[in-house]
Amino acid sequence: MIEFRDVTKRYPDGTVAVAGVDIVIEPHSTTVLVGSSGSGKTTLLRMINRMVDPTHGQVLIDGEDVATVDPVQLRRGIGYVMQNSGLLPHRKVIDNVATVPLLRGEKRRAAYDRALELLDTVGLDRSLADKYPSQLSGGQQQRVGVARGLAVDPNILLMDEPFGAVDPIVRSELQQELLRLQGELGKTVVFVTHDIDEAFLLGDQVVIMQQGGKISQAASPAEILANPADAFVADFVGAERGKRALHVTELDGRRLVVDGDGRPAGVLAS
Amino acid sequence: MTWLWSNLDRVGELMLVHLALSVPAIILSFVISVPIGWIAHRYRWTRGALLSLCALLYAIPSLALFIALPVITGLGLRSPLNLVIALTLYGIAVIVRTATDAFDSVDRDIRQSATAVGYSAAGRFWAVELPLAGPVLLSGLRVVIVSTVSLATVGAVIGVPSLGSLFTDGFQRGIQAEIITGIVATIVLALVLDWLSVVLGRVLMPWSRAKPTGARAASAAPAAEADAA
Amino acid sequence: MNLFLDAFAWIFDPVNWSGAGSIPQRLWEHIWISAVVLLIASAIALPAGAVIGHTGRGRESAVRVSGGLRALPTLGVLTLFGLWIGIGLAAPIIALVILAIPPLLAGAYAGFESVDRRTIDAARAMGMRESQIVGRVELPLGLPIIVGGIRSATLQIIATATLAAYIADDGLGRFIFAGLKTRDYAEMLGGSILVIVLALVVDGCFAITQRLVVPAGVRATRARELGSRPSRPRVAVGQPITEGNRE
Repeated sequence: MIEFRDVTKRYPDGTVAVAGVDIVIEPHSTTVLVGSSGSGKTTLLRMINRMVDPTHGQVLIDGEDVATVDPVQLRRGIGYVMQNSGLLPHRKVIDNVATVPLLRGEKRRAAYDRALELLDTVGLDRSLADKYPSQLSGGQQQRVGVARGLAVDPNILLMDEPFGAVDPIVRSELQQELLRLQGELGKTVVFVTHDIDEAFLLGDQVVIMQQGGKISQAASPAEILANPADAFVADFVGAERGKRALHVTELDGRRLVVDGDGRPAGVLAS
Repeated sequence: MTWLWSNLDRVGELMLVHLALSVPAIILSFVISVPIGWIAHRYRWTRGALLSLCALLYAIPSLALFIALPVITGLGLRSPLNLVIALTLYGIAVIVRTATDAFDSVDRDIRQSATAVGYSAAGRFWAVELPLAGPVLLSGLRVVIVSTVSLATVGAVIGVPSLGSLFTDGFQRGIQAEIITGIVATIVLALVLDWLSVVLGRVLMPWSRAKPTGARAASAAPAAEADAA
Repeated sequence: MNLFLDAFAWIFDPVNWSGAGSIPQRLWEHIWISAVVLLIASAIALPAGAVIGHTGRGRESAVRVSGGLRALPTLGVLTLFGLWIGIGLAAPIIALVILAIPPLLAGAYAGFESVDRRTIDAARAMGMRESQIVGRVELPLGLPIIVGGIRSATLQIIATATLAAYIADDGLGRFIFAGLKTRDYAEMLGGSILVIVLALVVDGCFAITQRLVVPAGVRATRARELGSRPSRPRVAVGQPITEGNRE
């Protein structure tokens, strides 16, 4: 369980990235932090592995304040997947995946074996192990990034807009892949995105953030759609327009679901 | 200081001589390098050869070049022209590389849109590529200004007068003030020429002052975005 | 062209290949001084450059120092130290070290700085220590540029060591100055040719090294990136670091 207690981050220049945030992130669930740029979502994520330290408040993992843990050790126990994959360009795919286990002092042989298994897990062919990151496609690099994040079998996986830089088709493929993986592995995933559709697709809990690093609403997707906390949330999730404002019309005796623009979205199953 | 006051005339005279050696070399090397850099940029297959040639030229120690060059040009060893040619060659070795980078740095899209709106190849060079490559070309020119002014002093050891004569003379006669005067005068000369080139750049490229911040903000976006969120 | 023949005749004259002040002795002196100077200057400039490039701190002053030192006329520095310290090796070595620092420093900080901040950020997020980031990420990725700095510093040292013969009895430059004094063009030119050959051979070795140290995974993308971006704006890359906490 990850817990934010009244967490604030204020930079020396006075900008407030995160303001008084309280969230509880349940284990083995996916929590998505969503908001536009400048809403402090990445800062919040990076507080979990101490890439950023809060200026006020506490971040706890299983009841332990992360401020008391050595950041290097902490980070080696938490998976981190970032946009543009962040792979080390001068190391082969297999070395990239095995980086953290090797840093932790595991035997090279064991680390490589595990890295190969992880390539299977994320749906990559083992023949890619000896390639360099620059020889892979964007989607493949992102999969390697996920494999690296999983390399030490962490309980927590932090994902910072991991699918932000790939094209829409690959993106949706990777999203499905993540859902499958999460179904198998059941990690505690904290995921940052600015795409509300992605948030609703992946999140058990969705945390909507607004400018100035405040939380507008933290709830399940259904709850947010049913009871948006305020006008900002309603507008952000688009509950009153477009493809989310669905209603039912009858046509030739069948009940059609139509979106806000009058385009058919499907048929109501009986 | 007393040495300087009693030798002010000589220092002033040597400064002029020094200018007469270095300024032509700087201008010549710039004028010659820009087209070569453009060729290296435009015709990929020439690039390797041209740039290696420049690297080779650049690797030759100056004193050795000063002595070897007259044999090829047929000029006298102590001819100032010999020195000007050698300094020009070094300048070319430096600017061609920068000029190639400068033309490379011109945005492909801008170049293509210039073609699309109907510029001829020559018109595009003068109206689009050269001005946009300007700021990087200027940075190359500034490097050459400083190195040429400094390098010209070496000619003094083979008998070509310049501010470097203050070093050889000061060393032989054991006058520290003379050498220090020479060093300061050389640096001042380099700084003044450098400053002039910057002013000239601002006059000729009024947009270049605004440009760096714009370009920076644009490329800062991806990193800043990941960060601010 | 006749003069070139005379010069080669001088180079290959057996008289010049043995005894005091022979070609092998001068060549050895030249190489030896250059190597010592390179070592001393590297020991000073490379760690300093690494710190500046890694932290981004003190960059402005490093740019100013290396830029300012570049404007120093080498002959002026040599003669000044020659006067101060007198005949011997100390004067040219100190002067050469001072002159070799700017390219080394610039190469080192530019090399460390050239590494993509996102890559460094990722390395930190994985749990690498700062020392591991420097040694395992920044150093290998920045090495081509660092070696480039060492390359131009070495050329500068070899060239200036020739000039140093003006104030000390050492190196291949001796032939040039002796020839100048006795108006022996063959000796002057022969000495020049030897210096040029030495410089080109050393430069060639560095060119090969520079190619070899490019990490294999970077080679594919390198040409494109170098061409399109002459220099990376610092503002763009500085930010992720200031946000994180550095230990």
